[in-house]
Amino acid sequence: MDKSSPMDLNLSPNIVDGDDFYDELLLAHEGLNDEKSQDFNARLILILCNHIGDRRIISQALAAATEHVSSE
Amino acid sequence: MVDVRYDTAFTLYPYEQVQAQCQSQPERHPVVIIGGGPIGMGMALDLGRKGTQVLVLDDHDGVGQGSRAICFARRTLDIADRLGCGPQMLDKGVVWNVGRVFYGESEVFTFNLSPEEGLRNPAFINLQQPYFEKFLVEQIRTEQAKGAPIEIRGCNQLIGVTSHDGYVHLDVDTPDGPYSLEADWLIACDGARSPVRNIMGLDFDGRVFEDNFLIADVKMTAPFPTERWFWFEPPFKNSGQSALLHKQPDDIWRIDFQLGWDIDRKAELEPSKVRERVDAMLGDDVEYELEWTSIYTFQCRRMDKFRHGPVLFAGDSAHQVSPFGARGANSGMHDVDNLAWKLDMVIKGQAQTSLLDTYSQERELGADENIRNSTRATDFITPKSTMSKRFRNAVLELAQHAEFARPLINSGRLSTPCTYHDSPLNGPDELAGSAQVQVGAPCIDVQLGDSYLLNRLDGRFIIMGINVDVPDSLTVNGMTLPCFSLSTLEQPTIELTARYLGDANSAVYLIRPDQHVMGRWKQFDEQQITLTIEKAMGQVAH
Repeated sequence: MDKSSPMDLNLSPNIVDGDDFYDELLLAHEGLNDEKSQDFNARLILILCNHIGDRRIISQALAAATEHVSSE
Repeated sequence: MVDVRYDTAFTLYPYEQVQAQCQSQPERHPVVIIGGGPIGMGMALDLGRKGTQVLVLDDHDGVGQGSRAICFARRTLDIADRLGCGPQMLDKGVVWNVGRVFYGESEVFTFNLSPEEGLRNPAFINLQQPYFEKFLVEQIRTEQAKGAPIEIRGCNQLIGVTSHDGYVHLDVDTPDGPYSLEADWLIACDGARSPVRNIMGLDFDGRVFEDNFLIADVKMTAPFPTERWFWFEPPFKNSGQSALLHKQPDDIWRIDFQLGWDIDRKAELEPSKVRERVDAMLGDDVEYELEWTSIYTFQCRRMDKFRHGPVLFAGDSAHQVSPFGARGANSGMHDVDNLAWKLDMVIKGQAQTSLLDTYSQERELGADENIRNSTRATDFITPKSTMSKRFRNAVLELAQHAEFARPLINSGRLSTPCTYHDSPLNGPDELAGSAQVQVGAPCIDVQLGDSYLLNRLDGRFIIMGINVDVPDSLTVNGMTLPCFSLSTLEQPTIELTARYLGDANSAVYLIRPDQHVMGRWKQFDEQQITLTIEKAMGQVAH
């Protein structure tokens, strides 16, 4: 049973063709040096966060990413 | 001896020996204000106009040189109007509405503070701080001539403060040597390095920003528009990480360069070095004179409590912000607005001293809001880590093509007054919501025929009815509150309805002397209004 409400951050698989998505993500970085890649990521994060819009979801995503750092 | 800390632009209150210096018994004053800057003079003016005796001690004999604060917001102009010197400020100031933000060569964002309808004052004027201080002192002279009990003593430097039960003992140095004074109430308006705060050993904690900014005020007649221009990573040579160009009166332009932390301050202030930077920005063919230069660093911090018994702190002595957003002098004027009527009522016996704790509470909330805003602007303008800078530049790059990124650009969120949500002074809010003005917020102006609403809110408690009859006046707690009524039939402006009614058909507003809304009802309810005021004054309800 999924206990989370529909308004919570979705951490279950949600992308139809995951391998295809992953491939496209890497392809976007191809030919970029580290600097450019990091700039790209910064833009991508801002674009995605704006698309999500919901501050609660964004906070949950930030918390989920932070949790992963501390468990490493 | 009295230290000379700076040169004065205008001598306004030359030193004169007074009788009190020769007396063996210290003279007792109801209110002594330390510091004759805009906050000290504003406070003296507000209290004196209400008939409360006030003495200002300043360690200089006039207004300091240098433009310093240049950007005054509508709320400050509204307060200045209440104090009588608004028209002078508006007359001298430069009104501006448009701000442009550049990233390197590209313009990435434009904002327009285009005038809303029905407001007496513009969103902002630029005016050198010495003019503001001069207008306040001139207004004090006008009020003195009408009998306001205000006294200013120049070249009186505070050297000792001792708190006693119910009063403060002050030691003051003068060119004729030291003397003593006593005060029932002491207001420290003595700036970021507050001698009062230091002598009393009080905290002043916060965040230091490791950056230096160079101010160059230049006089020129070049045809730049009256707009605020801000550059991130300016394209001109040696201009640092950010730059600002903004017009002041008298053909003076404020230019700011962000120089970083490890600099040789003395070398950077060499006129030839300053001119190099300015030439690169304005172009070689522009002629100008250097009017004033200065290097500043800044901190964002506040005192834990703004009231310590009979000692009250206001302005930079109590809180300090970065300059981004013009929240320094403007917020100090909000302190004046908030404290003067409360102290006046306590001195007149109309309120318990607990009313002064609400000054502390409300203005600490205001300071937190200002610190939060100015800290966020500072973090955007001067990123402190590689990642922070990367996100900042990503926002600036995206903003050139994607609308969503533009509101994230933060070159300073310009000063707005604080809404005192949850203030212990707030009474009921029976309108609950859809009007623009909220309980705890300052009233927004509305044009009423040839005049304006704020002209009628003259520094007393006032009751305003809209589409409802109210009596001519109401007596509460020994005070007579003027009442007036407006009708949306007679004043069919969208503004009156949007700002004060929202979905409601009628409203009765109880408005504080500082024009903040204290409570509101759909109908006139004498008992409720009386209770709200008596509760605020700390009087037991009858």
